[in-house]
Amino acid sequence: MSREYETVIGLEVHVELATKTKIFCGCSTQFGGAPNTHTCPVCTGMPGSLPVLNKQVVEYAVAVGLATNCTINQHCKFDRKNYFYPDNPQNYQISQLYQPICVNGGIEIETERGKKIVGIHEIHMEEDAGKLVHDEWEDCSLVDFNRSGVPLIEIVSEPDMRSAEEVIAYLEKLRLIIQYLGASDCKLQEGSMRADVNLSVREAGTEAFGTRTEMKNLNSFKAIARAIEGEKRRQIELLEEGKTVIQETRRWDDNKEHSYAMRSKEDAKDYRYFPEPDLPPIHISDEWLMEIKARQPELRTEKLARYKEEYDIPEYDAKIITESKKMADIFEAATAICHKPKKVSNWLMVETMRLLKEQEMEAQDISFSPENLAKLIDLIDAGTINGTVGKEVFEAIFREDVDPVRYVEEKGLAAVNDEGALRAAVEKVVQENPQSVEDFHNGKKKAIGFLVGQTMKAMGGKANPQMVNQLLNEILSR
Amino acid sequence: MSLMSLTAVELGKKIRAGEVSVTEAVKEALAQAEAKESSVHAYVSLNPDYALERAEQVQKQIADGTLTGPLAGVPVAIKDNMCTKGIKTTCSSRILENFVPPYSAQAVENLERAGAVIIGKTNMDEFAMGSTTETSAFGVTRNPWNLEHVPGGSSGGSCAAVAAEEVSFSLGSDTGGSIRQPSSFCGVTGIKPTYGTVSRYGLIAYGSSLDQIGPVAKDVTDCAAVLEAIASYDPKDSTSVKRDSYDFTGALQDDVKGLRIGIPRDYFGEGLNPEVKEAVLHVARVLEEKGAVAEEFDLSLVQYAIPAYYVIASAEASSNLARFDGVKYGYRTAEYTDLHNMYKKTRSEGFGPEVKRRIMLGSFVLSSGYYDAYYLKALRTKALIKQAFDRAFERFDMILAPAAPTTAPKLGESLSDPIQMYLGDIYTISVNLAGLPGITVPCGTDHSGLPIGAQLIGNCFEEKKILRAAYAFEQSKEYIRCPLSAADFSKQGGEEE
Repeated sequence: MSREYETVIGLEVHVELATKTKIFCGCSTQFGGAPNTHTCPVCTGMPGSLPVLNKQVVEYAVAVGLATNCTINQHCKFDRKNYFYPDNPQNYQISQLYQPICVNGGIEIETERGKKIVGIHEIHMEEDAGKLVHDEWEDCSLVDFNRSGVPLIEIVSEPDMRSAEEVIAYLEKLRLIIQYLGASDCKLQEGSMRADVNLSVREAGTEAFGTRTEMKNLNSFKAIARAIEGEKRRQIELLEEGKTVIQETRRWDDNKEHSYAMRSKEDAKDYRYFPEPDLPPIHISDEWLMEIKARQPELRTEKLARYKEEYDIPEYDAKIITESKKMADIFEAATAICHKPKKVSNWLMVETMRLLKEQEMEAQDISFSPENLAKLIDLIDAGTINGTVGKEVFEAIFREDVDPVRYVEEKGLAAVNDEGALRAAVEKVVQENPQSVEDFHNGKKKAIGFLVGQTMKAMGGKANPQMVNQLLNEILSR
Repeated sequence: MSLMSLTAVELGKKIRAGEVSVTEAVKEALAQAEAKESSVHAYVSLNPDYALERAEQVQKQIADGTLTGPLAGVPVAIKDNMCTKGIKTTCSSRILENFVPPYSAQAVENLERAGAVIIGKTNMDEFAMGSTTETSAFGVTRNPWNLEHVPGGSSGGSCAAVAAEEVSFSLGSDTGGSIRQPSSFCGVTGIKPTYGTVSRYGLIAYGSSLDQIGPVAKDVTDCAAVLEAIASYDPKDSTSVKRDSYDFTGALQDDVKGLRIGIPRDYFGEGLNPEVKEAVLHVARVLEEKGAVAEEFDLSLVQYAIPAYYVIASAEASSNLARFDGVKYGYRTAEYTDLHNMYKKTRSEGFGPEVKRRIMLGSFVLSSGYYDAYYLKALRTKALIKQAFDRAFERFDMILAPAAPTTAPKLGESLSDPIQMYLGDIYTISVNLAGLPGITVPCGTDHSGLPIGAQLIGNCFEEKKILRAAYAFEQSKEYIRCPLSAADFSKQGGEEE
């Protein structure tokens, strides 16, 4: 490569909002469900049906706008975007073009190269389309309107990102903010968060933007990173060969790590946008805006600061715990019960993270209650069970949210603290393992570890390890 | 006299008094339809089985005291662009020829709750686009006053059915005059309420920001009673307005003392047939004799109403009618090669020429590069027209105007020159653009015996004022039955005299 290039990236992120009902009707937004069971005349575009705006959608959109430092358009409205496609029952999508609900925001991201602000051009509300199901066997296509009318916000960034690393940092930050707000679960795989990447390259040091392409079908952060690298390479190669980049929409195939042209600007559709006459303009009063502001939860940055102050846990711990709202919620709730922040943190950082990874789960899928974690910590601290048994109990809590007190009782896992029983067990182990005893007396202090292990084994793992240690030392030094 | 010669309120009274059963009333409506439909063709479909079954239910509810309102047991015809649960709703279009809605329009539901019995669905211009009912895919409706003439449109079937005394009253819809103009042509009374007064839920949209459902009846009393039954705040329609009062019949007083009536000079100049002009101005004189004060004024901007209307209504229509694509319901072309071809053939075969013309016009004015020049400018014009009316209503309680420049034209005369046809909407269109209420009352006939209607336009939410003035005027004259009704088709019906 003879010249240096800079990559310029902007993102269009669609997020499905976590409302119980759809944006313009009372149908359920629940994922799954037999085809066309979450439908009504409105979301299937029946003649004479009319949309009624779900207020919760406005509140979520405003909440996301506030959390991303946007200006809220207190007077905004919906527009119709006209295009024909069978998954779009009215053959127009109700969206916002002329007056989106949030504008001119931005969020700070941090990468190895430091901190920077990525601008947010606008956030607008719109409805999702249905889903086409192609039946190869019958050679026909069917439409499932369950998703039709599920509320979306589209977050349009400024072209402020310069690398895949920055894009991922931006997306992770955005996802965290939205999850903290409870506005969406933001699952890329399930499509509740979708990102389209607008990318162009230009010679380093030049001002003018190059011709951009838009990349669709990116279902994971890894796919996004690969697509960015691939598209950057493709565009630079074109320029190096003296060719030009065509403004077009491309589809990324992550299996083949290759993108394909979908449509070029020349055959871009004219969507004939115009104000939606069935919905009056939205007026967000000062009072309503204040109410939404007052309900804004503590976001991650504030949480991080508070954790260091209030719980005195290491910054590293705080960062990992606050990476998921769910995890942070459990941390705070469990700590409030047992008042042992560092211990709660340890269980989350070590065992919880291990089990999540093992079961390929995300933190937001955690289903155990903070009460049970707090009880477990108290049980160990009280010496009712030892640490090893504690891990076993925690696995049961993680899987089925069992009550550790009852679980320990039912399974007979309580530590044996009876000195007589322990002394007898230790005596027996010492008698049965003369070689180890000899090793110990010959200065191999490590041999005591083996003897502790044997005693524990003999006690079914339930012996109090401190007491075993103490008794062994006493008996061996006789 | 047939039971269908009575007004809805008169018939309702007889039914509640037990003088007439609901079944008798319904049978009479069906008999009148059978006798007259071959000449008038007001209906797209009749539903005798449904109507007779409903009649029995309603009779029971009257007997047990559940139904006590003025419309209980009274037969009604519904314009075929309002969804009726389980009853085919076609918009007089091929594309919806087989469409049976799984729900009823809110206005229809309100009427049924009041005990009215749906006899059938009335013919209209396809998707309410037209001023003559000739663009219907299912044949023209003829004017009962003279079968050579059109009934007007687009609610021509609803107005003809009432004029021909085939039914007690009907519902129409009005986007640019579609209730008021055919009411004028058919010698009946029809009101377009303030935008937002009657729910549009279940009304198959033409121009969403302009459409309103309203009653068509033999007199002002019926109009007020029906409006009272159908008007409601409907959370399913976001443009529905919660009004302070839904009392309209309280307006029925023969008292116009001190009412200020504006007569816009711009509405009485060139292009207005002299006989129509004379008959409409006669209304002013009658009301003045009763104590009202009439005064001429300049409304202004009148010439911009038609272009603004056709831009806005067509733009909305082009989008509203996009859903008729052969995918989900209605007509689908028999053979096609791919998706695009299916859309194209379905819509080419399913829509008639006037609908296609407006879809093309609407798509054009919304297309990028033209949006500002046409659509945005039309919206601004609409706002200015509203302001012109606001100024007028600072001085006047209501405005008196013709409902149409002429009496009903002959069949076939209008469609050959669409521009001329569009110009015929000049006195009604501004009212929709400004969202105002307007009522047409019969005020005479021309030299050939065709009826003339006068239009009273009120300020937003002031239906009661125009109802009162219309009622007062009505007291000064006899209801004139159309020759077809007067010729007494009803030998088989319930003779009472």
